[in-house]
Amino acid sequence: MSATVQAGPATPAGPASGLSSRRPLGDRGFQVLALVSGLLVLVILVLIAITMSQQSTTWFTSEGWSGIFSIDWDPAHGKFGAMAFLYGTVIVSVIAIVIAYPVSQGVALLLTEVVPRRWAAPIVSVIDLLAVVPSVVWGLWGILILVPWLQAHIYGHVASAVNNIWILGNLFGFLNHNYVSGASFFTAGLILAIMITPIVTSLSREVMATVPTTDKEGAYALGATRWEMIRGAVWPHSQTGIIGATLLGLGRAMGETIAVALVVGASPTISSHLFTPGYTMPSVIALQFGEATVGVFRAALIGMGVLLFLLTIIVNLSARAIIGRHARRMGGAA
Amino acid sequence: MAVTAEQAAVDLREPSGWRRAKNQFATAAMWFAFLCMLVPLGFVLVTVIAKGASVISWQFLTNSTVPPNILPANVDGEGAAVVGTLEITGFAAVMAIPLGVLGAVYLNEYGGNRPLARVLSFFSDVMTGVPSIVMGLFIFTIWVLHFGYSGLAGSFALGCLMLPIVIRSSYEMLRLVPNSLREGSYALGATKARVTVTVVLPAAIGGIVSGALLAVARAAGETAPLLFTILTVEATNPNLFHGANTTLSWQIWENAQQPYAGAVARGWGAALTLIAIAFILMIVARLVTARFARYSR
Repeated sequence: MSATVQAGPATPAGPASGLSSRRPLGDRGFQVLALVSGLLVLVILVLIAITMSQQSTTWFTSEGWSGIFSIDWDPAHGKFGAMAFLYGTVIVSVIAIVIAYPVSQGVALLLTEVVPRRWAAPIVSVIDLLAVVPSVVWGLWGILILVPWLQAHIYGHVASAVNNIWILGNLFGFLNHNYVSGASFFTAGLILAIMITPIVTSLSREVMATVPTTDKEGAYALGATRWEMIRGAVWPHSQTGIIGATLLGLGRAMGETIAVALVVGASPTISSHLFTPGYTMPSVIALQFGEATVGVFRAALIGMGVLLFLLTIIVNLSARAIIGRHARRMGGAA
Repeated sequence: MAVTAEQAAVDLREPSGWRRAKNQFATAAMWFAFLCMLVPLGFVLVTVIAKGASVISWQFLTNSTVPPNILPANVDGEGAAVVGTLEITGFAAVMAIPLGVLGAVYLNEYGGNRPLARVLSFFSDVMTGVPSIVMGLFIFTIWVLHFGYSGLAGSFALGCLMLPIVIRSSYEMLRLVPNSLREGSYALGATKARVTVTVVLPAAIGGIVSGALLAVARAAGETAPLLFTILTVEATNPNLFHGANTTLSWQIWENAQQPYAGAVARGWGAALTLIAIAFILMIVARLVTARFARYSR
């Protein structure tokens, strides 16, 4: 990247050229218009933080820190603890990443290192189609097709197979009385994994495309197989970028609402058993906001939106910082 | 030469069995990963088409009364939702696309490497990651609490979601416009605004349009930001600026939670309609890209 040559678009001749030192009004107006549009992003982000915090203050004042992070969620009795939702959000997103990461890495490697260029187009089409299917359609399919099928044919068998195995039994075993539920943490994670795979794949692919051809050819010249070349040349070079891409996927997973709300089971419980119903922050906002006419109830749901906003902003900031550092380092190396 | 001849001959044959097996296993695993993506996509598309196609009819798409959930699928229709989706998403696009393109013009044409432009570029990326449900709550607190539920509020929420996507995709396209075009126009004495509007933007228009269409396709399928902004109605509300409204995505969300066969069937029908709208937008975006692929990489 020749940063000095491509530093920016050419600028018109300044007053020094002696042609005209006054800029026409329209020219100046257009610049201001563009600047205002650019600033809109900052304005919206600041307004989100301010207005939503204001609307949720009664939650913080009436419950306090211990109340907010308690596990008691009982709107009818004025208990608004968010811990179960926080737990569910983290668990479901982690499941999604654990499933989506290997799949997206595999497809990204397939696209960059294995298939010839003209075969790449149909594979990219599949990724694009997957990305454009709306969340609510995944939710509809999830609750009507996937949930009953998993409950009837998969979860019961898996649970009885691993029930007595240490750790596995805690995660995938029966909670009690041979109970497994199709609508569960794991199903929500599975649907989320399908939904975030396209973004993680295309970002990872962009990162892998920056690996210098000389590195790869060097590995081949040393007699490496393709897999050895990937381990020796592609991975070391794209590690940080892939971490960034995965974090962006995690941010997406945390904020995804509708599909999760339909398949997670809507039960504010904290349990290590993944085949039991749970809840997440976005889905409780979506499902209970209609009933939330009381002050603190509504404030609690908006406050959970604030928590979600902060959480995703932190994840996104770190992801962007990692990706930016990666791009700068690679830009300097090339 | 003599020295090399005395050394053991270099083994130039295929790698040994174990290394080759690992390599083949890795390649197979990559194809398996692709299969893992293909299967859910195929499954969901086949299901939606199979269950939705039998419900969809001209009446389903245009009848303006959404029937009560207990009624079977062939009564009335989802016309109200089709109209709502088109007007709410359309108005969001009308707001967000010009603003997004102008923002990208600032970032690329005026900002350059200035700190402000770098900050704005960074935060528009961050805004892409703000969950759609947070956008809905935001519009609820800043607009709906004061002015009530309306299609307009839904358009605001969708517009907030589209804005950073449009900025990012337009910015990438503007960067591809060669500097020689700008320099040539400046040499003819054009002002910067004129150069941008008559030379730079037309040169990048294909990519900008296709990026904007993809943003519209994503926004059309969004449900979460509409839950707290448009409420929902059972009859067509042509007035975007006043009164509750409904969309296809909302109808799917509502019908997915119903036990009645008629409601579920309407859900599948609405899902097929929504997917069709999103795919058509995506295909048009691709055609536009192919048509204007002059300055693409």
